[in-house]
Amino acid sequence: MTAWLVALPILVPFVTAILAFLAGGSITVKRWISVAGAAVLLAVGLLLIHQVYQHGILVGAMGDWPPPFGIALVVDFLSAIMVAITGITGLAVAVYALAEVDRAEEHVGFHPLFHLLLGGVCGAFTTGDMFNLYVWFEVMLISSFALLVLGSRKAQIDGAVKYVALNLVSTVLFLVAVGLLYGMTGTLNMADLHLTIPQVENQGLVTAVALMFIVAFGIKSALFPLFFWLPAAYHTPSVSVSAIFSALLTKVGVYALIRVFTLIFTQDVGYTHNLLLIIAGITMLTGVLGAAAQNEFRRILSFHIVSQIGYMIMGLALYTPLGVMGAVFYVVHHIIVKANLFLVSGVANRLTGSFELKKIGGLYKSQPFVAVLFLVPAFSLAGLPPLSGFWAKLVLVQAGLEIGSYLIVATALLVGLLTIYSMTKIWNEAFWKSHPDAIEPGTGAVALSRRDYILLTAPIAGMAALTVIIGLWTEPFILLATAAAEQLLNPDAYVNAVLGARP
Amino acid sequence: MEVVLSVVVGIMVTASIYLMLGRNLVKFLFGLILLSNAANLAIFTSGRLTWGSPPLIPEGALVPITDIANALPQALILTAIVISFGLLAFALVLAYCAYQELGTVDTDEMRIAEPETEFAKKASRAWRALSGPRDRAP
Amino acid sequence: MHSLILSTATRFLTGLMLVFSVFLLLRGHNEPGGGFVGSLVASTAFALYAIALGAQAVRRALRVDPRTLVMVGLALAIIGGLLPLIEGAPLFTGVWTDIPLPRGGYLHVGSPLIFDVGVYLVVVGAVLTVILTMEEEVL
Repeated sequence: MTAWLVALPILVPFVTAILAFLAGGSITVKRWISVAGAAVLLAVGLLLIHQVYQHGILVGAMGDWPPPFGIALVVDFLSAIMVAITGITGLAVAVYALAEVDRAEEHVGFHPLFHLLLGGVCGAFTTGDMFNLYVWFEVMLISSFALLVLGSRKAQIDGAVKYVALNLVSTVLFLVAVGLLYGMTGTLNMADLHLTIPQVENQGLVTAVALMFIVAFGIKSALFPLFFWLPAAYHTPSVSVSAIFSALLTKVGVYALIRVFTLIFTQDVGYTHNLLLIIAGITMLTGVLGAAAQNEFRRILSFHIVSQIGYMIMGLALYTPLGVMGAVFYVVHHIIVKANLFLVSGVANRLTGSFELKKIGGLYKSQPFVAVLFLVPAFSLAGLPPLSGFWAKLVLVQAGLEIGSYLIVATALLVGLLTIYSMTKIWNEAFWKSHPDAIEPGTGAVALSRRDYILLTAPIAGMAALTVIIGLWTEPFILLATAAAEQLLNPDAYVNAVLGARP
Repeated sequence: MEVVLSVVVGIMVTASIYLMLGRNLVKFLFGLILLSNAANLAIFTSGRLTWGSPPLIPEGALVPITDIANALPQALILTAIVISFGLLAFALVLAYCAYQELGTVDTDEMRIAEPETEFAKKASRAWRALSGPRDRAP
Repeated sequence: MHSLILSTATRFLTGLMLVFSVFLLLRGHNEPGGGFVGSLVASTAFALYAIALGAQAVRRALRVDPRTLVMVGLALAIIGGLLPLIEGAPLFTGVWTDIPLPRGGYLHVGSPLIFDVGVYLVVVGAVLTVILTMEEEVL
């Protein structure tokens, strides 16, 4: 039965996509299918966490071919957490999209594409095979391409050209790296790779392939200096699409890096992980400085994705139990907060008529509730106590101090300060100062119907509440992240679960 | 034989990188197509080459009797070809749309999503003055 | 493009190629062939039809939106993967059954065939979506 359980995160979004496309006639049916599918996915994620807690790592051999010969789906704590968090953001964005996405775009297929994207993401999180990971990356990529150009406005096509170009290059690099890995070891099963990599004669070549994976996943996760596609594209599609991209796509790259550099390439930690640490530091700085130069709501947030990715990679690169735990915790915190900020940017746009900070204002006075909803994720992003971001940063800083990497700790703290600067800029321009055109936000041309208001703010309020809960009631989340880090740093359990699990 | 193919892969990658460095979007796409073919060839080569021994098990036998070719790289390549076919078809349509909507295939001139700020304009003018006249993309 | 020779020949060729594509699909059961190869032949047939008679003619001949084909194909592939649930086997395990034929003998069919038909439809639908979009854009 385990084989069915671990396949659920992939099956649910795919079945939802098919139903949402084939459900004829009324758009209402499609919408409810979409929301229901996302809710089921969330339930599946929570169920998986529970099952991993009860039974340890879950392994399912597809087609009854035992690993390492067939494709195995493997769910450990990290995978289960990622699936659950995908469900949370999926549900929030699915609800938000009901009021935000154009009816025309819904007709062209927003809902099916959205769920295909979720399916690709969940597939990448659950697979235990390198080539299968490549396939899921592609499923995710092709649906993201289609979502990005949905509506075909000029800016979207412009952004998509850069997004598509760089991501295709990363795809090919990934493929070559997989090919070389296979040439060296004769296997592509991750658990089997863990066993065979140390036996390869030419360890220099292993490190070279590891670097290819850094570049390939580095493009996906927008690491320095490969992040240019992200701020070029993320502010162009509809807000729902921006939000789900910002939450999940780069994090799949981060997940892949964490998986590969804890399970497979651990033979030359002194070189690869130090390199990752340097990249992490520069990524943080570049992202936050890039954000400081921007004046558009979503572009600021896009650059902040880049800087936040640096923190996650920092946790991985420190390669201590605390560091990896911090990385996992940071991913969870970041997905919720960042998706939420994008959703807020959409509400601000609807209430004031633009994403350009110079052209909007007055939100605090007329919409205090929205202002609070912005402040929670914004403070959390900057790392103010007692919100989730504070604990995430605290753990990482502690992990850095523990092994004496003072430079990266200083960078992390500095970047935190600069993040406050950007958030203050948004606060001042969009919320505090009055509207330059003397428009009262939410009235007249920018009025919002009651239904839309509820559908737009409910997901934001829910995710903001989650941020506060993680901040105030941190212990269970820290324990979960610690358990995930323990599994990651002791791959023997993973290997035994996969290669011992012959039916 | 592996050596020859490795060199061929190297040449293809070199050519594709040259193409991809151009500002012309269409050239970039050609480079990408070449690169993905080079990737397929690299996988093929890393699966080791054998002469005329198809991976088929004769009737009646349960395991192959002689040494056979490695079938897995071929399966991987087939999958990769299918995927890259889809992605490149999309990229081609996108390039066409970009040409229609934006009126150019020069990636330097696609500035709708990221409009040039005054400062950036000044900086690039200064840079151009320093580095001399630059050749235009055809 | 209007060419009498091409459009007349196309009417024969398209039918022939479609039959051949189904042949390839079924042959994939035990010998070289299969859903993917068959579907490429089928898409070539429709592409030829589009070149000779225009994209609109292909849409009329198909009767359904190619994207519907993709989704139906995906649904079939998933159903093919879900069938082993009946026997309690893992996802995508092949399950087989023998259907007796009227004059003795039997037909050996299984879930991989359903999966293959799904692949066939997905690829035909996807290729045609691209081809028809480009054809309509350019002309």
